[in-house]
Amino acid sequence: MSEVQGFLDRLSERAAARGAEPTWIAARRQAGAARFEALGFPDRKVEAWKYTDVRGIARGDFALAESADFSPASAAALTLPIAAHRLSFVDGVFAPALSDLGELSAGVSVERLSQALAANHEAVGGALGRLAGVDFSPFTALNTAFAEEGAVIRLAPGAVVERPIVLQFLSSAGATPRMSHPRVLVTAGARSQATLIEHQVGEEGAANFSNLVSEVLLERGAILTHYKLQELPQTDHHIASLHVDQARDSRFTSFNLNLGGALARNDIVSDLNGQGAEANFFGLFFGQGRQLLDTHTLVNHNAPLTFSNENYKGILDDRARGIFNGKVIVKRDSQKIEAHQNNANLLLSDRAEIDTKPELEIYADDVKCSHGATTGQLDEEAVFALRARGIDEATARGLLTLAFAGEVMEQVAIDAVAERVELAVAGKLPERFNLAGLVEAAVALHEE
Amino acid sequence: MLEVKDLHVTVEGKHILKGLNLTVAAGQVHAIMGPNGAGKSTLSAVIAGKEGYEVTQGSITFDGQDVLEMEIEERARKGLLLGFQYPVEIPGVKNIYLLKAALNAKREAEGLGEIPAPEFMKLIKEKIAFMKMDASFLQRAVNEGFSGGEKKRNEILQMLVLQPKLALLDEIDSGLDIDAMKVVADGVNSLRAADRAILMVTHYQRLLDHITPDVVHVLVDGRIVKSGDAELAKELEARGYDWVLEESAA
Ligand SMILES: Nc1ncnc2c1ncn2[C@@H]1O[C@H](COP(=O)(O)OP(=O)(O)OP(=O)(O)O)[C@@H](O)[C@H]1O
Ligand SMILES: [Mg+2]
Repeated sequence: MSEVQGFLDRLSERAAARGAEPTWIAARRQAGAARFEALGFPDRKVEAWKYTDVRGIARGDFALAESADFSPASAAALTLPIAAHRLSFVDGVFAPALSDLGELSAGVSVERLSQALAANHEAVGGALGRLAGVDFSPFTALNTAFAEEGAVIRLAPGAVVERPIVLQFLSSAGATPRMSHPRVLVTAGARSQATLIEHQVGEEGAANFSNLVSEVLLERGAILTHYKLQELPQTDHHIASLHVDQARDSRFTSFNLNLGGALARNDIVSDLNGQGAEANFFGLFFGQGRQLLDTHTLVNHNAPLTFSNENYKGILDDRARGIFNGKVIVKRDSQKIEAHQNNANLLLSDRAEIDTKPELEIYADDVKCSHGATTGQLDEEAVFALRARGIDEATARGLLTLAFAGEVMEQVAIDAVAERVELAVAGKLPERFNLAGLVEAAVALHEE
Repeated sequence: MLEVKDLHVTVEGKHILKGLNLTVAAGQVHAIMGPNGAGKSTLSAVIAGKEGYEVTQGSITFDGQDVLEMEIEERARKGLLLGFQYPVEIPGVKNIYLLKAALNAKREAEGLGEIPAPEFMKLIKEKIAFMKMDASFLQRAVNEGFSGGEKKRNEILQMLVLQPKLALLDEIDSGLDIDAMKVVADGVNSLRAADRAILMVTHYQRLLDHITPDVVHVLVDGRIVKSGDAELAKELEARGYDWVLEESAA
């Protein structure tokens, strides 16, 4: 297919321009390219892509960015206003001026992928691609072929990172559309703890394609909280997969907050490989216009006494389309596991659409599993009740929409992230919705 | 203050209010009584602006302004507040948030800024104590899981915070136990003022024992067929509606 050929041509151009690389990297790139060539872009006949038309990507003529050009003023407005260890990339290219790792505590290493590859760490070579193989999807294969930049985060056993680590991926509105294939690797040693934020955001008018692959290895007792805040312009295309491997007693919590993009596809996979491992998947997707937001999650309960808990809320307006596919697989002998999954969707317009499919495959008998999916509209009686108290209609609808998202948003511990989501979902509200201060005051009043 | 003239309303093609006239002056308390299905809730819903009601004839003015031209929220901000017969549950929206957002919306319309947090808390504390409600209600989602009586108290709590010029109370007494009735009635009485008015729908004299109305109306089949003073309610309690119907048919 010529669509595939275009990408392969870009790849050979790139290979020619690039200096020599360690053989293991070159071999993986080749494997990625070969797999991508064999698979091609998925069409609707591929079950996992049944509702998701990727022709906008396949037919695009995307160049690889050479430099990180971004106006500092617009970057400042887009950057999450939090104290963090931050690496920024513009269309996949590292942007030193927008990055600040600050001081990292002992046992914590945050590097750019390019640095890690140049240093040729054994720790990186062994881990990279172990979870996200080239067979996972054509996009993972493509990422493997192209990946040059991204981040490698390594936590020594017991290391605790206080501040969040932010990977900011900026999409610029250049003259020609660009593509990027960032790759992220996190190896978290036993009992280490960190919060990682992957933030996709861009300038008005940007029409790029980003294809992110992240791999997370959690050793025994490691705790990682992962935020993905995707607020790209509605002209961007974004594909991402996040692969997590969890050893005994590790805990992984994912917040997948999807607001932007013409098309945004997220795959999240967690393998619960050791007893006591726990995965929490929280998600919110909010689509407007003609956005297509597709989320596929998979939890593999590969060991007994493992726990997963998933709650996704979808909100769709205008002619937006949402897809949620949540799969849980409980292996034979994975006894005494608990798996709960819920997906609730709110359609704000008659023309918005959702396809939701919870899938449970259970091959063990002593398990506690539940799943449910619901779709509804705003309660017009409640809209009236709020308006009848003087609250304007837009705010009333915003409030009720946020209330719908409440179960998920209440879990978001980083205010700056919650605020971005609340603003996007509900427009301007009289004050912060969760009203931490007010509620505390009410509690105090209660106790007096 | 409120003037309803020759009001005709249809709901889903059904003619429900059929030439209703009503005038409520500042400082007064009016009670509307009448058999089930007569159109009492329809009247309050139309005044508050609920969708689905078609006004085919007549007018409603509030302080000289055309109510039917106003958005729902505008009516509320101008001081026209409806206490619901069946308060709706609003999961996920905290009671305290509703109170603050509603109060600030009103203040904004009046050209005042947002209420400072300490002032707001002080106000809430006073009102919630007045309604003999536990402060934990503030943190709960609006009406969610509230008992019938708690919902009604909550309606009055909102009234006390928002201080309407005209409170429309639709069966605020239904579902209340004896003590709650007293609390709610005290709440309503505290809203009485020379520049305010109250219009309440009720089926029972027992509410009127606590809140003495200036005028009592009987609404039957979409019209007010008889008006009188507080004695009329007592007579209705004793004799029912038949004699009024006969009188008006005659
Ligand atoms: N959406 C609707 N569709 C059809 N009929 C309706 C609708 N809403 C109200 N009605 C009818 O309008 C009439 C008046 O109803 P309304 O609720 O105003 O009565 P009410 O006087 O408040 O009665 P109650 O004392 O029982 O509360 C009733 O016959 C009712 O069935
Ligand atoms: Mg009624």
